[in-house]
Amino acid sequence: MSTMAIDKAGPRRKVKYGSMSRDRAWALRWSYFFLVLFAIFFLTPPLYMVITSLKSSAEISAATNPWWVFHPTLANYVELLTSNQFLRFFWNSTIVSLVVVIVTMLISIPAAFALARMKFWGSTTLATGVFLTYLVPDSLLFIPLFKMLALVQDLTGITLLNRWYVLLFVYPTLTVPFCTWIMIGYFASIPKELDEAAIIDGASWLQTLTRIFIPVALPGLIAATIFAFTVSWAQFLYPLVFTTSIDQLVLPVGITTTLIKGDVFNWGQIMTGALLGAAPPLIIYAFLMDYYIAGLTAGATKG
Amino acid sequence: MADVVVEHGRVARTASAHKRTGLHNALKRKSTVAFFLTLPLILLIALFVLYPALFSIHLATLNKSMQKFVGFGNFTFLFKRETFWMVVKQSCIFAVTAVFFKALIGFIVAHFVHNIPAKGQRKWRGMLLVPWVIPPAMSTLAWLWLFDPSYSAFNYTLSFFGIGPINWLGDAAWARFSVILVNVWYGAPFFLIMYLAALKSVPDQLYEAAAIDGANWWQKIWYVTLPMMRNIIAITTLFSLIVTFANFDIVRILTSGGPLDQTQIFATYAFRVGIESNDIPLGASVSLFMVPILAVAAIFILRDVNKRGNES
Repeated sequence: MSTMAIDKAGPRRKVKYGSMSRDRAWALRWSYFFLVLFAIFFLTPPLYMVITSLKSSAEISAATNPWWVFHPTLANYVELLTSNQFLRFFWNSTIVSLVVVIVTMLISIPAAFALARMKFWGSTTLATGVFLTYLVPDSLLFIPLFKMLALVQDLTGITLLNRWYVLLFVYPTLTVPFCTWIMIGYFASIPKELDEAAIIDGASWLQTLTRIFIPVALPGLIAATIFAFTVSWAQFLYPLVFTTSIDQLVLPVGITTTLIKGDVFNWGQIMTGALLGAAPPLIIYAFLMDYYIAGLTAGATKG
Repeated sequence: MADVVVEHGRVARTASAHKRTGLHNALKRKSTVAFFLTLPLILLIALFVLYPALFSIHLATLNKSMQKFVGFGNFTFLFKRETFWMVVKQSCIFAVTAVFFKALIGFIVAHFVHNIPAKGQRKWRGMLLVPWVIPPAMSTLAWLWLFDPSYSAFNYTLSFFGIGPINWLGDAAWARFSVILVNVWYGAPFFLIMYLAALKSVPDQLYEAAAIDGANWWQKIWYVTLPMMRNIIAITTLFSLIVTFANFDIVRILTSGGPLDQTQIFATYAFRVGIESNDIPLGASVSLFMVPILAVAAIFILRDVNKRGNES
């Protein structure tokens, strides 16, 4: 009885083993098949941007095969990169994003340090508050902010609306909460012995922050910086509401409002502008993908 | 609590080792330092988030010229407008459908990426995350061009299959579909990354044990993967629900709420009423309607995040 069972088990197990690896090979093939399908879905719009940006207006309005470029030309790029208006948008976007990144870091790093290490009255409430602020969307606050800025202008005579620098005040509300939140996580994961040793050696709180916390949590810092930059670069609602004059616009608003002109076929230029506008985040992503993804996943996990 | 006591003790010891100042002084110094470190953050949140939020409630009770207090006048006015109820309906359909498909596609693609050899995963992950990296205002322009009525690349392609030209953004039903499609395209990669990270954290032994017990692939997903990923699925979905519900860019660029306000959602409607028609109080009232739904989602997220923090 027992020998029969063994006899039976032997070959059957072998057969099953073979079918399992064949199953796995098929699963792999299907995985690749569907991945290709999804990659086509995900990459069609950016590729289509590239294709259209290489076409002349004549080729676009001739309505030939939209998926192919018959007479590639860089005319759109040349035209945009030599247009003062477009360069102005680019410059506005760059300066706003860079200043916002610096301001965000200056606010969120010290705050995250205090919230992660110095337990003080109300620190847990404040940490929760920071997280809740991160969940407040821009579309909830743009109307009161608009009115608030108008009131400030009336009361003090300082012109804030329709100036690019107004964005320096409002963008940090979108970047600081998240950056503080992920920096709290990174700082909290640093072993306590490290800063205890520093304090015993006579370092002040500020020295502990600059000499130990910032160097050790550098990957988190890079992730937070990338996040702050991408958010300020991509922000569309606030600049649309707060700025209107052409020389005060940032890229996303500038492209959507000035390049779309009714029935003129300047889609080639629009796509070129959109592509150039998408380039800085894409380049950063290409080089720092791992930090980008670390920042993305850190948001939903606490440390 | 124990933490606080230990820390106080340590600070006191180091301080007294250096100079003979009392425990009281050291404590005072530490909380003062902490206060100054968090002060910019507190000011920013108070001035540019908390105050506008409260100001918005105040604004919602004024009349159009903002001279007179009208109480709930704006709200009762909105309740009587058919357009407003359409916006409520459309926002809910938009958010729920888009989040559902984002989560579904993210879950499926995450499995495919997880299935292939680890060597190639990085490359695929990098490619599939591209929609999330491009600023939504820019990528929506590409979609707008793909949907273009007379030169549409989609209609060109579909014509080979004998499918007549579709008025992607002009027909109400198709416009709703298009707006959701673009949102799914933009948001699915986020779910993919989150789920992929979660999949990687499920121990292999669990699947081996399930395989020994004779579980098929569906049972493995239902009894092993889903329970292990429950928390991350909940957080991601709720978070995406907030972002999608409050979405502005995609609808604004694609349809501006048209045709005939059929694709208008809260954010774009608030913009139309509050900024374009210059009725700030009414616009503020419209955006305040987002608060209850956002608040419920936020409370659940907070609970889940805290739970997650306690587990680890």
